[in-house]
Amino acid sequence: MEFLNDLRDQVSTAYALLAAGWGVQLLWGIAWTLAVTIVSMLIGAVLGSLVAAAKLSHRGGLRFIGESYTTVFRGEPELLIIYLFYYGGTQVLTGVARSTGSIGSTDILNMPSFLGGVLAVGIISGAYQAEVFRGSFLAIHRGELEAARAYGMSAWLRFRLVIVPQVLRLAVPGLGNVWQLTIKDSALISVTGVAELMLTANKAARSTHHSLLFYTLAGILYLVMTSVSTPIFEKAERYTSRSFMRPK
Amino acid sequence: MDFDFYLSTMWSVLKALPLTLEIWFFGIAFGLLIATGLTWMRASGYKLGEYFTRGYVFIFRGSPLLVQLYLIYFGLSQFDFVRHSPVLWPILRDPMYCTIVAMALNTAAYESEIFRGALRAVPVGQIEAAKAFGMSAFTRFRLVTLPIALRLALPAYSTEIILMTKATALASVVTIMEMMGTAQKIQHDTFRPIEVLTCAGVIYLLLNLSIARLFAWVEYRLSPHLRPPPEQSQQIKPVPEVL
Repeated sequence: MEFLNDLRDQVSTAYALLAAGWGVQLLWGIAWTLAVTIVSMLIGAVLGSLVAAAKLSHRGGLRFIGESYTTVFRGEPELLIIYLFYYGGTQVLTGVARSTGSIGSTDILNMPSFLGGVLAVGIISGAYQAEVFRGSFLAIHRGELEAARAYGMSAWLRFRLVIVPQVLRLAVPGLGNVWQLTIKDSALISVTGVAELMLTANKAARSTHHSLLFYTLAGILYLVMTSVSTPIFEKAERYTSRSFMRPK
Repeated sequence: MDFDFYLSTMWSVLKALPLTLEIWFFGIAFGLLIATGLTWMRASGYKLGEYFTRGYVFIFRGSPLLVQLYLIYFGLSQFDFVRHSPVLWPILRDPMYCTIVAMALNTAAYESEIFRGALRAVPVGQIEAAKAFGMSAFTRFRLVTLPIALRLALPAYSTEIILMTKATALASVVTIMEMMGTAQKIQHDTFRPIEVLTCAGVIYLLLNLSIARLFAWVEYRLSPHLRPPPEQSQQIKPVPEVL
């Protein structure tokens, strides 16, 4: 009985805290996390396809650049890359601004935290997406490329009509994994001060001294985000491979 | 370019390498123990064990390691029984132990999935052959299933170990002065983040590359039967042109 009373107290405290404004803050945190993840995925998609193309290239130099990119950005701690882009960006921006005289010689021009974080997470995501795209390109049936060539299609036409549609279809499951990874990486950019879910939970925990409550809530919200995206990607996979399914 | 700065930074960060390796090693070792337990529960065939493992994997793979670390370090100390426990409190009050606990719990979820996949990938024919030989369940596991499954799990396991190396950097957010924490401190003191982080980055990269090399070597040694046969030494000599 005492346990039940205790539980009721806990729930009412939690409700009071959330109703006092932390609930809305956490919802904004989710919105920012999703914004960071989506923008990073887009940056990663652009970089990833370029790097995949470089890794598949016939030129040794390009292949080397592609290999180094994926090795470095998959081999370094994510935190280090984020610090590098945030603090390193500040260093570069300050240096440039000081030399052009747009700020005083003791002032500091900070890297915008959202930009720095998104660039860092996007570049990491790009390294993983490059591997996904490369794998899907290699999975395209060689005969189809040869057939396209035999039809006399130009390189651009082959790319647009044969390669892109199939790479996109084959890449969907892999991209789902990268998406999950990017959601989890986005929690790390809280160290640069982007008010996403992790930082909001952190602030709430520090200022209300209910760290258990807020970190558990953050964990649950991350779980909701990752598990909601699973069926969405499954649906996308069914949609993109609809012409390959057996008729019912 | 002043090389002295690079060298001194490199050296200061390298001095923190033992601490990083300590977190890494204990995280992996305890993680392996938990993962073995989880895999065993999952494979045992009991519904309860299977549901527990599924839930565990869902929770620990679905949320960021940073949340898990904060929850263990800041969150659990709110319970009175934790603070009054003679066993739990010394562990959960120390940021170092907390990082190791968080890493072990996290990696166990991924590893148990790797091991489950490897166990399922053992060819049925091998197990049937072992049964036909009249091996007991334990002998079959020891001599047939386990060796094959371990080799199949190795590539994915090496990826997981590299992810763990990267995860040790998170210890710096709970005040541990391992390589990342040391780099952070130097960076704040000198305000030269690009140089300092590059030095730390080189060390992390070399560490990960050597781990990958090591695993590739182990994998090579463990699969002699999958290698192509050595080149034939007696090549057919071209017939000399005789008129």
